[in-house]
Amino acid sequence: MYESLFSPSFNLFAELEGLQRDMQQMFGTAGMPSSIRAVARGAFPAINIASTPKSAEIYAFAPGIDPAKLEVNVDRGVLTIAGERQSDLPQESDKVLTYAAERFTGSFRRAMTLPEDVDASNVQARYRNGVLHISLPRSESAQPKRIEVK
Amino acid sequence: MNEKTDVAMRQEGQITKQGRRNDDAALLPPVDVVEDEAGIRLTADLPGVPNDKLTVRVDGDTLLVEGELALDTPEGMEATYAEIQVPRFRRAFSLSRDLDTSKCDAAFKDGVLKLHISKAEHAQPRKIEVKVG
Repeated sequence: MYESLFSPSFNLFAELEGLQRDMQQMFGTAGMPSSIRAVARGAFPAINIASTPKSAEIYAFAPGIDPAKLEVNVDRGVLTIAGERQSDLPQESDKVLTYAAERFTGSFRRAMTLPEDVDASNVQARYRNGVLHISLPRSESAQPKRIEVK
Repeated sequence: MNEKTDVAMRQEGQITKQGRRNDDAALLPPVDVVEDEAGIRLTADLPGVPNDKLTVRVDGDTLLVEGELALDTPEGMEATYAEIQVPRFRRAFSLSRDLDTSKCDAAFKDGVLKLHISKAEHAQPRKIEVKVG
């Protein structure tokens, strides 16, 4: 995804989408490359990333999924969330009409780069109300420490 | 610069061109709508909405589905990347008169709302006997 997802000074809120698109058009081919894992908007599941001084928190909005079938992997600093959502739309027939089929169905996989100070061996993942919440604590040595001068 | 086509997302609190604040902005939850002989089944994705923050209301001939997100957020959390920026879903549908709004059932699990509205008795398909003669 984006280069420095977790650095608190880099505010990605405003006009994220349009900005990335404009930048890609202007610079993509030559100067500033976008992250190789950057995705266009509308990918399933939607992802929010937040950070606290002690951890990185990732929320993936994936309703209607069996959590036992979700695959969450951390490999060499890349977090991958993968799974599948079955369609429960009926077969078309003359007795059944489908007016809208907007919900995502099928397999999905999203990947994002984690910052270097995250401790991948202590990951916690919870699935509640259709949101997968992944907590990655920052490793001890990376926590800010006050050094006493004697 | 901002072309939002499928999901109507707007920044909360942002002053729009008309000078109004969008504190009421909400996302459109994606829905599946299927009609069969018995009625209409609507399935909507409302991730992050707990049971007590979901509102499903029928007002005359309008069905309103609304939900507020509540995520468990640890202290001192700052968002760095957000694809869901507004903590609210809202979508309304106008229902036709052949639907019996007093006969709905709704179930909500893991962020998925399944709503079934039956067709009114008189609107159920009936075979009409044609008398000859």
